[in-house]
Amino acid sequence: MEQVTVDINGLSRAFGSKTALHDVTFRATAGKVHGLVGANGAGKTTFIKHLLGLLRATGGSVRVFGLDPVRDPVGVLSRVGYLSEEHDLPEWMRVDELMSYTQAYHPNWDAKYARELLDTFALDPAKKIKELSKGMRAQAGLIAAVAHRPELLILDEPSSGLDAMVRRDILDAIVRAVADDGRTVIFSSHLLDEVERMSDHVTLLQQGRVAVSGELDEVRRGFQRSRIHFIEHFDKAPVLETALAMEGGGRAWSVLHSGSIEQFRRSVLARGGEIVESRDATLEEIFLASAGRDRQQKEAA
Amino acid sequence: MDISINLSDGVPIYRQIVNQVKYLVASGLLQPGEELPPIRTLALQLKVTPNTIVKAYGELEISGVIHKRQGSGTFVSDTRPQLAIRERRRVIEQRIDALLAEAHQLNFTAEELLKMVRDRKTAMDETTAEPIEAKKK
Repeated sequence: MEQVTVDINGLSRAFGSKTALHDVTFRATAGKVHGLVGANGAGKTTFIKHLLGLLRATGGSVRVFGLDPVRDPVGVLSRVGYLSEEHDLPEWMRVDELMSYTQAYHPNWDAKYARELLDTFALDPAKKIKELSKGMRAQAGLIAAVAHRPELLILDEPSSGLDAMVRRDILDAIVRAVADDGRTVIFSSHLLDEVERMSDHVTLLQQGRVAVSGELDEVRRGFQRSRIHFIEHFDKAPVLETALAMEGGGRAWSVLHSGSIEQFRRSVLARGGEIVESRDATLEEIFLASAGRDRQQKEAA
Repeated sequence: MDISINLSDGVPIYRQIVNQVKYLVASGLLQPGEELPPIRTLALQLKVTPNTIVKAYGELEISGVIHKRQGSGTFVSDTRPQLAIRERRRVIEQRIDALLAEAHQLNFTAEELLKMVRDRKTAMDETTAEPIEAKKK
């Protein structure tokens, strides 16, 4: 049976009159990697802060391990590993001090795993945090986040601004958390190819709402990319039912569409066109089409 | 194991792994009895979620290409001849489908296409035959 680690129902959050999250429903299950994507300002970090009990919901409910993170922060945080985009760590500490400091909060601290990671990353335990490069800070933060073998690992834009080597270290940590321990991972990223490779489930946030959510392969199956040839020449993209985005010109167009394939096919036929090729869309295509539609709606309003 | 993931062709990642393992087995690059990498190792190599490898191995096991041995690992099964025929057909059929679609777009009939295939083959045989003849002399 699937074990639910995170259960969020109808979460809403406003800052003053500005809505940051609206009616967000989300579930994370054990042993799965959950990718969180969305444009800057879509609400990813605000969402994650609710999981950590750093923000209180204006509406709806947030449960992590069945607990309310705002009312029981210790009960939740002792079982969570968290790495933020800024890798905000106590500057004045040495790397080894950071390790023993983190260990003190986590009875399950795996000293062997921590040492192994320190060796792999070639991090000098005697160095002060403030002397570390951005990549080394991320590595130190990563050890602090995973060495207590948390039941839930949360990574907020972990790869942001890091080189390929350190990004790889972070992905390795995700793989190990899931493969070795069957843990739950939630990670947000703007690197869509990373999310597409690493996620079992994906959620697309858009202006604080869940635009798309589900098992990655199913989400992708819900969107198709088709190449179309028309008999007639079109200067502007012809209107097609279920189409979300169109590229091309003249008689040859490439269309991203969702929903009923039959409805789309009829619509193409009615315009004197023929579908030359169809395939499942990539996450990036879905993301861009949703963002584009969003922009059009805003401009129309 | 030499597997590469392509995110731009719309094929689910687990399916890409299944197809490539089948291809490796059919072509003899993976031999019966050979061990496949553990789930974690392959997930790290391909930078994919371990569950994708679990799904791919599961499907390969159901179709009899590989089998798990209790507590030791995952191994290539001894099904090569049968699989080889099916897999070789599948690879070629995929190419034929693409060729037929392209020919249709360019207004060639299937008959014309078949004739062109035969003509190309004849032309190819002639050019490759010459150096061999030359060598004999």
